[in-house]
Amino acid sequence: MNPLLQSILSAEFGFAIFRVMTPLLFASIGVSISRLAGTINISMEGTMLVSAFVGVLVSAFTNSLILALLAGVAAGVAMGAILSYFHLRLKADIILAAIALNMFASGITVFLLFLATGDKGSSSSLKSMLFPEVHIPLIKSIPVLGTIISGHNIMTYGAFLAIILFYIITFKTPLGLRIRAVGQNPHAAESVGINVNRTRMWALMLSGFFGAFGGLYLSMGYVSWFARDMTAGRGWIAIAAATLGGYMPLGTFLASLLFGAVNALAIYFASLQIPSELIALIPYLATVIALTIYSAQAQKKRHRKVEEAKQVGTIKETT
Amino acid sequence: MEKILEAKDVLKVYENGVIANRAVSIAVEENTIHAVVGENGAGKTTLMKIIFGIEQAQDGEIFFKGEKVHIRSPRDAIRIGIGMVHQHLMLAPDLTVAENMVLGNEPLRAKLFLDTDRAGEITLQVSEEYGLQVPPNKKIKDLPIGVRQRVEILKALFRNAELLILDEPTSVLTPQETEVLFKTLKNLKKQGKTIIFISHKLNEVKQIADRVTIMRDARVIDTRDASELTEHDIAQLMVGRDISFERIPAPVTLGESLLSVRNLSYVNDEAILVLNKMSFDVRSGEILGLAGVVGNGQTELVRILTGLLQPSEGEITLRGENLIGLSPRRIREKGLCHIPEDRMEDGVAEETTLEENFILDRYYKPGFSKGLRLLWKDISQHSRELIEKFNILAQSTKTLVSALSGGNIQKVVVARELSSDPDVIIAAHPTRGIDVGSEEMVHRLLQEARDRGKAIFLASADLDEILKLSTRVIVIYNGEIAAHFQDVSKITAGDLGPYMLGVQREEAVSGKVSA
Amino acid sequence: MEKFLLKYFTLIRVIIAIGIGIVISVFLIYLTSQEPGFSLRSFLLGPFLTRSRLAHLFETASPIIFCGLAIAVAFQAKQFNIGAEGSLYLGAAVGTAFAVSTNMPAFIHVPLVLLIAGLTGALWSFIPGILKAKWKASELVSSLMLNYVAYFLGLYLINYHFRDKEAGFLVSFKLPETAWLARFIPDTRIHYGIILALVFAVLVYYFLYHTTAGYEIRSTGFNERFARFGGISVFKVIILCQVILGFLAAFGGMTEVMGIHRRFLWQSSPGYGWDGIIVAIIGRSHPLLIVPASFFLAYMRVGGRVLNLMSDVPAEMVMVIQSIIILLITAEAFLSQWKYRITVRQAERGGAA
Repeated sequence: MNPLLQSILSAEFGFAIFRVMTPLLFASIGVSISRLAGTINISMEGTMLVSAFVGVLVSAFTNSLILALLAGVAAGVAMGAILSYFHLRLKADIILAAIALNMFASGITVFLLFLATGDKGSSSSLKSMLFPEVHIPLIKSIPVLGTIISGHNIMTYGAFLAIILFYIITFKTPLGLRIRAVGQNPHAAESVGINVNRTRMWALMLSGFFGAFGGLYLSMGYVSWFARDMTAGRGWIAIAAATLGGYMPLGTFLASLLFGAVNALAIYFASLQIPSELIALIPYLATVIALTIYSAQAQKKRHRKVEEAKQVGTIKETT
Repeated sequence: MEKILEAKDVLKVYENGVIANRAVSIAVEENTIHAVVGENGAGKTTLMKIIFGIEQAQDGEIFFKGEKVHIRSPRDAIRIGIGMVHQHLMLAPDLTVAENMVLGNEPLRAKLFLDTDRAGEITLQVSEEYGLQVPPNKKIKDLPIGVRQRVEILKALFRNAELLILDEPTSVLTPQETEVLFKTLKNLKKQGKTIIFISHKLNEVKQIADRVTIMRDARVIDTRDASELTEHDIAQLMVGRDISFERIPAPVTLGESLLSVRNLSYVNDEAILVLNKMSFDVRSGEILGLAGVVGNGQTELVRILTGLLQPSEGEITLRGENLIGLSPRRIREKGLCHIPEDRMEDGVAEETTLEENFILDRYYKPGFSKGLRLLWKDISQHSRELIEKFNILAQSTKTLVSALSGGNIQKVVVARELSSDPDVIIAAHPTRGIDVGSEEMVHRLLQEARDRGKAIFLASADLDEILKLSTRVIVIYNGEIAAHFQDVSKITAGDLGPYMLGVQREEAVSGKVSA
Repeated sequence: MEKFLLKYFTLIRVIIAIGIGIVISVFLIYLTSQEPGFSLRSFLLGPFLTRSRLAHLFETASPIIFCGLAIAVAFQAKQFNIGAEGSLYLGAAVGTAFAVSTNMPAFIHVPLVLLIAGLTGALWSFIPGILKAKWKASELVSSLMLNYVAYFLGLYLINYHFRDKEAGFLVSFKLPETAWLARFIPDTRIHYGIILALVFAVLVYYFLYHTTAGYEIRSTGFNERFARFGGISVFKVIILCQVILGFLAAFGGMTEVMGIHRRFLWQSSPGYGWDGIIVAIIGRSHPLLIVPASFFLAYMRVGGRVLNLMSDVPAEMVMVIQSIIILLITAEAFLSQWKYRITVRQAERGGAA
C-alpha cells in the first residue's frame, strides 16, 4: 500500500494529471459553451481529430508552428460551422448529424493522411512540429510544487487560460450574455431582436474553436504525430465531463480534473489488486448517478411546492 | 387629444383559414390607459401581435403618432417606440435583472466587454425614472412574479417605449401585486406614456381604464369611455347582443345521474388553486354545458375527469364507482370517452393512418386483436365502417391523418370516441376550428347520443353552441361554479356573460341535480 | 409524375443522398488514384467478384442487422438510446463467460448462451429506460455513459477472469465447440447468425406492426400525448423498447462471437452499435428496410476493403462517403424547398387529396 500511496501523492502524479487533463479540458469547455446556447456539440470527437490532423500536416509542410495553430483552429471552427449548417439550416437532428460528422472526421483524416504520407497508421514519416514545453524560472526550483506546475507543454497552460477565457466570454461579453439568454429562453432573446439561430451558430463555432486546441495538443504536444482515431473517445468523455460540471467554468474544470485524475490513476492502480478498468469506469458511473439525482430532484421539487402550499395555506388564488 | 396609435381595417387570416381580425379599426389616444377586452379568440391578442410586429396583417394600415408605419418585426416596433409585456414573460431566468434589461443593447467597455456596472447603473436609472423598484443584481428565477413583470415593463421603457402594450398582465399576479401594478400604470400615464391593456377581468378594467375597446368574433364592436359603461354593459357587449334561439329539441327521457362530481379541487404545480370545490351531476339523457372564458379551469377539469390529471381533493363517481386514481384506460373501460379540446395534440397522431388512429382505445380488445396479435383485416373493416358512418372524406383507411382537413380530422376523433359506445361523453370545444358542415354533423351526433341515453358534458367557449345543445348550463369562473341555469330555453348569451366574467355570481351554487 | 414524387418523397430523398454519395466517391477516386477506372470498379463491383468477398458481405451484414433492429425499436418510440454498443459488449462478454465455463450439448448450449447474452444486454439497457420513464433523465446521456461502463466491465470480466494466457493476445478462452454457431457454407465464415438476423428482422417487423405492444411503441413515437390520451402506459413503453434494444444488440454481438471469432477478442469496442444507428437512419427505423440498408453498408465496407487491397485508395474513403450520405438523409430540410414547390403546384392544380 505504501509504495502506491507514495506514487499517488508524488509530484510526478500531480504532473501527470495536468498533462492528461489538457485535451479533455479544452474539449469539455467546447461542449459546455455549446450547451449554454441550448444546443450541444456532440461532434467534439471529430472536431479534435480534424484539428489534430490539420495541425500536423500544416506544421510539417510549412515548418511554422503559428500557421499550424491557425490552421488547426480554423479546422475546428469549420467543423462547428458545418454542424450548425446541417442542424440549424437543414434541420438535421443534432445527434445524428454529430455522429455522422464524427465518422466523417475519422475517415477523412486517415484518407488524407494516406494521400500525404502513404501511411494509414500514423504520420511519423512527416516531420511535424511540437508545441514547446515551458519551464518556469524560479517556480521550477520549488520542491514538489515546482515539479507539478513547471515543465508542462505550453498548451497545458493554455488550457488553464482557456477556462478563464471561457469564463470571460460567457459572463463578461455581450456574446456570452446572448448565448446564455438563447439557451435559457429563446423567445426572450428573439423578443429583443436577437437572432437565435445565428447565436447558436456562433456558440457551435466557439465550441469548435476550443476543441481544436485539444486536438492540436494531442498531436503536437502529448505526442508528436497524428495517428488514426487518436482522440480515443476523449470527445465523448468531454461530454460526460461537461455534463457532470453543469456546463459552468468551475464545474467543467473540476470534472475534467476528476476524469484526468482517474485516467492517470488507472496506470498506478495496475500495480495494486484493483484492475484499471474498474477505476476507469468510475467517472462515467458518477455522471449517470449525478444525472439521475439531478432529474429526480427536479421532479420532487415540483410536487413538494404544491404540498407545502396546501399545508401552509399560502395558496394564491387566480383573481 | 392626439392619437398615438391608429389601426384601420386590419385583416388577419391565419394559414389554417381562421380569420383572427376582420376590418378591425382602433384609435388609441395619447396619455390614456386603453383597455381591449374580449373573449379568447376574439382577436385582441392577434391585433396586439400585429402592432408589435410578431405577426403580419394581410390588409389594413397602422399609424403611429400620425405617420403610417410598416412594422415587420418586434425590432421595428421597438424602434418606433412600442413596447410589449407578454403574458408569458420573456425573461431569461438564470440571468440577472440588469442583464435582462440590456440584452440586445449591451453597454460595452473597451468595445469588447460587457460593462456590468453600467448595466446595473442603467437599471437603477430607469428604475428610478419610472418609480419601479427592481433589484439589478438578482437573478430572475429568484424573484416573485410581480417583480419579474416589473422588469419586463422596465425593459420596454428602457427601449424608449412610449406606447406600452400589456397582455393580460394580472393573470399571474396576486391581488396585492395587482394593486402595485395599477399604481405603476397610473404613474406611467402621468409621465406621458400610453398604455394598452388586454384583459377580461372587468372589475380591473373599470378600475383603471380610460377607454375600452370591445372585440368579439374578430371584429371591434365598440370603443367607448370606460366611465360610460358598467361591467354589466361590457360583459354583454363582449358576449354578444344577438339573440340566438337555435336550440335542439329538449331531451325525451332524463335518467339518473351517471357522472357525479363533488367538491373537486385542484392545485397546480405553481401552487395556484385552479378548481375550488366544484360539484355537479350529469344525467343520462342530458347535455350539461360548461360555459366560461378559457383559462378559468375548464382544461384542468376536463383532464381530471378523464384521468389525465389527478385532483387535489374531491370525488368523482361514474354510476357510483369512484374514478379518481384510475388510469385513463380504466376510466375509458368504465364507459367514459373524451373528445379533446386540442385534437392535433391529443386526439390524433397525424403522421400515421386513419386505421391506427381509430383503434387507439380498443386495439387490445377482442375483435381487434387476439392476444398480442393485431387483426388488421378486422381493423380495416371497422375503419371502413366508421369512415362511412361518419362521412369522413378520405381516400382510404390507410390515408394519413395529416392529409385530412381540420373538419375531417375532428370527425375521426368523434367517430372513434362515440363508437366506443360510452355512457358518458366529455366533449371539450368539439367544433373548434372546423367547417360548418362538420360542425353540424358533430352537433347532430351529440344530440343523437343524448337521445340514446348518454350523459354528455360539454365544455365550450362557443356560447351559441352551448346554448344550442345544452339541457342545463353551468358557468365556471375562477375555478368555481358561478351560475347554474336549469332551463336553457329562456336564456341568452347576454345572460351568461356577466357570470362568465365575474361580474355577477350566484351564491352557494352547484351543478347538482336537485332531488 | 409529380404525385408519385410526393408520395415516395422520403424514399427518393434517400436514393438521391446515396446517389450523391456515390458521385462523391467517384470524384474522390479520380482525385487520388493512379488508375481511377480500375479503382472504381474494385470499389463498386469488387464485393461481388469473388466467393470470399461475397461471403464477407453476408458476414459483415449480420451483426449490423441486429444492431439496426435494436436501435430501430427504440427510435420508433422516439427514445434516443444509443447504448446498443454497451449492451452488445457486456452481453457478449457475459455470454462468453458463461459459454466458456459450462458444458452441455450444443442444442441447449447455443440457445442458452445467446439467451444469457441477450438478457444481460436487456438488463443493461433497462437502466436508461427506467431512469427516463421515472425521472425523465436523458436516455441519450445515460446510455452513452453506460456504454463506457459496460465496456470497462466487459473488458475487466474477460481480461481478469476469462483470459486465455496461452494465446498471444488479450483474448478469452476459446469457446467450446458446443457453443459455436455453425458455418453452413464451406470455405466461408458465413454462420447461422445471418439466418438468425434475417429471422429477427421479420420477427421485429411483425412485432412492431402486427402486435399490440408494437402498436403502443409506435403510437408513443408518433405522438406521446396521443398515446397517453388513449390510455397507453407510456411508462411501460419507454422501458420496453429500450429493454428490447439491449436484448437484440447483445444477441447480435454474441452471434458474432459464436460464429466468427469463437472467442471474445474485442479489446476495443467493435462499433456495431454505431453501425446500427446508421442503418436505422437510412432504413427509417423500419425493420424490413434495415436489412437492405445493412447490406448496403456492408457492401460499402467490403468495397472499401477491396479498394484498399487492390488499389491505391484507402478504405477510409468509405467512411467519408457514408457520413456524407447520413448527413444528407438526416437533413430534413434537404430538398424540402423542392418538395414544397411541387406540393404548391399540385395544390394549385387541385390534385392534392
